[in-house]
Amino acid sequence: MNIYVLLKRTFDTEEKIVVSNGQISDDSAEFIINPYDEYAVEEAIVQRDKHGGEVTVITIGKEESEKQLRTALAMGADKAVLINTEEDLEDGDQYSTAKILEAYFEDKDVDLILAGNVAIDEASGQVGPRLAELLNIPYVTTITSLNIDDKVVSIEKDVEGDVEVIETSLPLLVTCQQGLNEPRYPSLPGIMKAKKKPLDELELDDLDIDEEDVEAKTRTIEIFLPPEKQAGRVLNGELKDQVTELVSLLKNEAKVL
Amino acid sequence: MSKKMIVIAETKDGELRNVSFESIAAAKKITPDGEVVGLICGAEDASNLGQELIYYGADRVITVTNEKMKSYTSEGYGQAILSVVEEESPDGIVMGHTSIGKDLSPKLASKLDTGLISDAVDVEVIGDQIVFTRPIYSGKAFEKKIITDGITFVTIRPNNITALEKDESRTGNVSSKDVDIKDLRTIVKEVVRKASEGVDLSEAKVVVAGGRGVKSADGFKPLYELADVLGGAVGASRGACDADYCDYSLQIGQTGKVVTPDLYIAVGISGAIQHLAGMSNSKVIVAINKDPEANIFNIADYGIVGDLFEVIPMLIEELKKVAVS
Repeated sequence: MNIYVLLKRTFDTEEKIVVSNGQISDDSAEFIINPYDEYAVEEAIVQRDKHGGEVTVITIGKEESEKQLRTALAMGADKAVLINTEEDLEDGDQYSTAKILEAYFEDKDVDLILAGNVAIDEASGQVGPRLAELLNIPYVTTITSLNIDDKVVSIEKDVEGDVEVIETSLPLLVTCQQGLNEPRYPSLPGIMKAKKKPLDELELDDLDIDEEDVEAKTRTIEIFLPPEKQAGRVLNGELKDQVTELVSLLKNEAKVL
Repeated sequence: MSKKMIVIAETKDGELRNVSFESIAAAKKITPDGEVVGLICGAEDASNLGQELIYYGADRVITVTNEKMKSYTSEGYGQAILSVVEEESPDGIVMGHTSIGKDLSPKLASKLDTGLISDAVDVEVIGDQIVFTRPIYSGKAFEKKIITDGITFVTIRPNNITALEKDESRTGNVSSKDVDIKDLRTIVKEVVRKASEGVDLSEAKVVVAGGRGVKSADGFKPLYELADVLGGAVGASRGACDADYCDYSLQIGQTGKVVTPDLYIAVGISGAIQHLAGMSNSKVIVAINKDPEANIFNIADYGIVGDLFEVIPMLIEELKKVAVS
């Protein structure tokens, strides 16, 4: 089976966000594989081990993303591809990303594409479904279980807490939700092996893409931080009285009851 | 500038979701003098629901009925909606950023070759630009964004844009349309109900969330009772989900759901930065925790330091009194 994983490098969830000169500052930030994409990498490895084939991990970004690709290789992926847009693309959006990936997949024989259900930075969740549409393959988002039995694919999908049982077929794109699996940590031998696994770097030229063909259809005009939340009042006195006071405050001061 | 906007409405258990009314309000903000056309898809006749959309500000409603839309699939709904969009050629589309909205909107945007703003919490018209505000980094920051190519297409986050007052004197045409839906490649075999009855976490006005301090699945029972009294929903921190006290679908935080209710009650939650990202934009936050040093107190409007198993029953008692009076 030819399995592909779409991966994004994101800020560590521990990071505080700092805005300087109207941009999110990434000066001293730590980066990780987008947590939802980790489920995708893990699931790809599990499915390959079950059905055979090969797992290729793809990211779009800059040189630094190699680190996250190596981590995916250390987890057990077979190959990695970095589509380096640093020089060509200034402000891509989800449309740009999906179009670039469409070009990449043009000559590939795809069985299964996995992605995270959302990236924790921009959180649009658009790229997976957009790409499936461009490739004209079915997609299922926010999956929590995946079972491939020859030609029949059975999926459990999280729908706001309920579970939908879905039947579909390959080729297919899925986006992964928490609960799908428990991503493994790279083992030491895994890390050693990852160093020798192929990591290809492509540019838009290699994919026959003109910058204009993938120009963004949206633009960010401002980035700002929410007003800092002031610490409120910690109540005092007998517990019973505190509870009475709290209810009175919620009713009369905050007016939320 | 007078424009035509389509609002894709959504139903749950045969009722329109509140976010659909909020979507109408958003469409009206985009084009105060324009036409707002409601669109309802499903397997059953929805003309009575169409009337409801008119009361909430839609000027006209189209209902599309087809057996193949008994369950939502992106393919079935996608075909139906695209055929309406083709006929109406609107200047924009608004829908809720719900499970369906998240799943469907990128497909439609790709088909319509347009930009898409996902998960907007506000919209304003500045000069001839329509500017959307949306959270990034799970609400640790916000961005203002515009669409530079294609129609105005946006999904809005529930609970942020206020729906218009219901006005039963409003009238408008509700028409039905037949569509052909080709064979579907994905089929919904079954829906297993797991979410708590009634209020959905992302749309709830009140959220009662538990953390590791709740100590067990049983420990969540008083939280459900409290949520019940308040007409709210129960959520959880990652810690509580990882410890198997509750299902991952309840998780609030940077991984998990982002919620912005009127009232958020954090119970036995220490307040890790990842959790705060998912709830700190709630309007009023109450923290109940044994540890006076817990980080959650730094962002709470009101805090009680104490044992949650003592505080919650008292709180339920007190709230019942208020409800009666």
